[in-house]
Amino acid sequence: MKPPVLTGEHFITGDVACAEGALAAGCRFFGGYPITPATEIAEHMAARLVDVDGTFIQMEDEIAAIASVLGASWAGAKSMTATSGPGFSLMMENIGLGIITETPCVIVNVQRTGPSTGLPTQGAQGDMMQARWGSHGDYEIIVLAPSSPQEIFYQTIAAFNLSETYRLPVIIMTDEMVGHMSEKVVIPDSDKIEIVSRIAPKGRKDHFKPFEPGLNGVPPMPAAGDGYNMHITGLTHDERGYPVMDVDTQAAMMKRLTGKILNNLNDIIQTEGYRLDDADIVLISYGVSSRTCLSAVDMARKLGIKAGFLRLITVWPFPDDQINTLADRVKGFVTVEINMGQIHREVIRCAGGKTKAVLVGHPGGTIIPPERVVNVLKDAF
Amino acid sequence: MSQDSNPLKKHPKHPLDDLIRKDRIPHIWCPGCGIGTVFSSCLMAIKESGLDINKYVMVSGIGCSGRAAGYVKFDSFHTTHGRAIPFATGLKLANPDLNVIVFSGDGDLFAIGGNHFIHAARRNMDITVICVNNFIYGMTGGQVAATTPFKAKSTTTPAGNPDEPFNLPLLAYASGASYVARWTMLHARDLTFAISEAIARKGFSFIEALSPCPINYGRRNKEKTFDTLKLYQEKTIIKNGANPVELDIDFDKGVILGKFVDIDKPTFSDKYNKICRPA
Repeated sequence: MKPPVLTGEHFITGDVACAEGALAAGCRFFGGYPITPATEIAEHMAARLVDVDGTFIQMEDEIAAIASVLGASWAGAKSMTATSGPGFSLMMENIGLGIITETPCVIVNVQRTGPSTGLPTQGAQGDMMQARWGSHGDYEIIVLAPSSPQEIFYQTIAAFNLSETYRLPVIIMTDEMVGHMSEKVVIPDSDKIEIVSRIAPKGRKDHFKPFEPGLNGVPPMPAAGDGYNMHITGLTHDERGYPVMDVDTQAAMMKRLTGKILNNLNDIIQTEGYRLDDADIVLISYGVSSRTCLSAVDMARKLGIKAGFLRLITVWPFPDDQINTLADRVKGFVTVEINMGQIHREVIRCAGGKTKAVLVGHPGGTIIPPERVVNVLKDAF
Repeated sequence: MSQDSNPLKKHPKHPLDDLIRKDRIPHIWCPGCGIGTVFSSCLMAIKESGLDINKYVMVSGIGCSGRAAGYVKFDSFHTTHGRAIPFATGLKLANPDLNVIVFSGDGDLFAIGGNHFIHAARRNMDITVICVNNFIYGMTGGQVAATTPFKAKSTTTPAGNPDEPFNLPLLAYASGASYVARWTMLHARDLTFAISEAIARKGFSFIEALSPCPINYGRRNKEKTFDTLKLYQEKTIIKNGANPVELDIDFDKGVILGKFVDIDKPTFSDKYNKICRPA
């Protein structure tokens, strides 16, 4: 039996690093369904969860997988599922249930090329807007996009911590390239890893209100069986958790569900800059395409182009303020992503007409070579 | 004399009051609906089990029967349409001490959720599933279900249902359930007893409870509530241990009620712990 945290240096894939990050974060339930290129996460969790007294189950489809994850979370377990595009589509309705019932859990989408079955074994970044808006109704969500196996390890831990802090499903949007690439991953000592867990309620159990806001607008969360006699519903509900079918209750619930994210943007949003300080053209990217941008910036600098790079680690909520501020001083933005222009639209919005916004997109199936980006930098500005 | 000492001024306490969220009453169920009777049988069985109420969890899907979870005064989850069983699966696996009861309708459990039902039964997941079968989608106004009798009228089969309905106990049996029974809401004591047995039975337990929907089934099929109850009394045959193949619902030839499966076999968790966990 191996320990929960595999301290040491490893040469592993992004998918395996994701599973190890989940275990280090305290994940003890995985409900899954096989799908390329995410299957290795399920396989690794099947082998490893029993080491830590956790439970793995392969469900009958992705709808069941996400439903079991929500149920396990309410029984008190940190829980997770992993999938790719077609499975992600099937999970959408229950992601909404996770939002409205404020259920902490982590969903990994190792993106492949769509639409539909698309190119199942080849990566893309075409589900970014689906991650933001895929479930019906209005909501805020947290989405992370790591760009290496090492970063997947840490961002999976971050995803669990954010989901437990803000009580919502947190989505990790990686891609086939990062999921399947092998690199060195350093796993630190377990006492060097910060773990956050949901806050348990205090006080009288007999008049407990499951949706009374606590710290940061987030209600404390008991587990089923703790004696709080709670009712949890996907209907619009008040602080007691009771369904109330009126516009005022809907408004109050929505204000808090969105407010707990929008009022804590500084705590949630992570970005990273590369040669940004004196840059007058800024590349914006995330996931595997970040690696394209790092090379492109260095190549452009050698040609005398003052390029820099803003890497989105958190894609949703979107770093509006940061891009707005950059828009005041740069000649333009170039969004690099393996889709036909999804995050590009957000960059246009944040540029607000103050500066140029250009897309280097790709229909999917392979990475974008840095030379293509450099050529755009030469021609477009 | 104080008001409190006048017995006429006090509501008599119902034996199930402590299991009900009284501040959510009145419920949404229509006059003549049978869900409340099945619900009472379920609560009576829970009460009589003598087990810790705090360890009971009720999980429902969507529909009239799905509203049951909102009326119980213990942990309860009203989930998405068809997904009560996989949600319950997660609850049970993450905390095996919970007694998980899925209470939902025929449309929820057997049309949109049918796949989850057969797989939970196949795994012998240790949960109890109670299906209120009223032959129709009630909440949406009377559309044909996977349980609607052949030729019966609904808003989406105005000329009569061209499809055959599921034989639910046969489906449960074939899928691997440990306990299978069928009663009607008129057989409230038998139903209560069956639910007690189902809760006590380790593994996947399934109870079909036939129940009238006078508003959205009866009205279109010239069957008043009392007619349905007469069918339940006069056109049913109690035959414990009947061959599940005989359990199709045809009131002309008689509908068989009783307990059909009650066997002790390893649950999902028994097998997972034995085979998958390190010694």
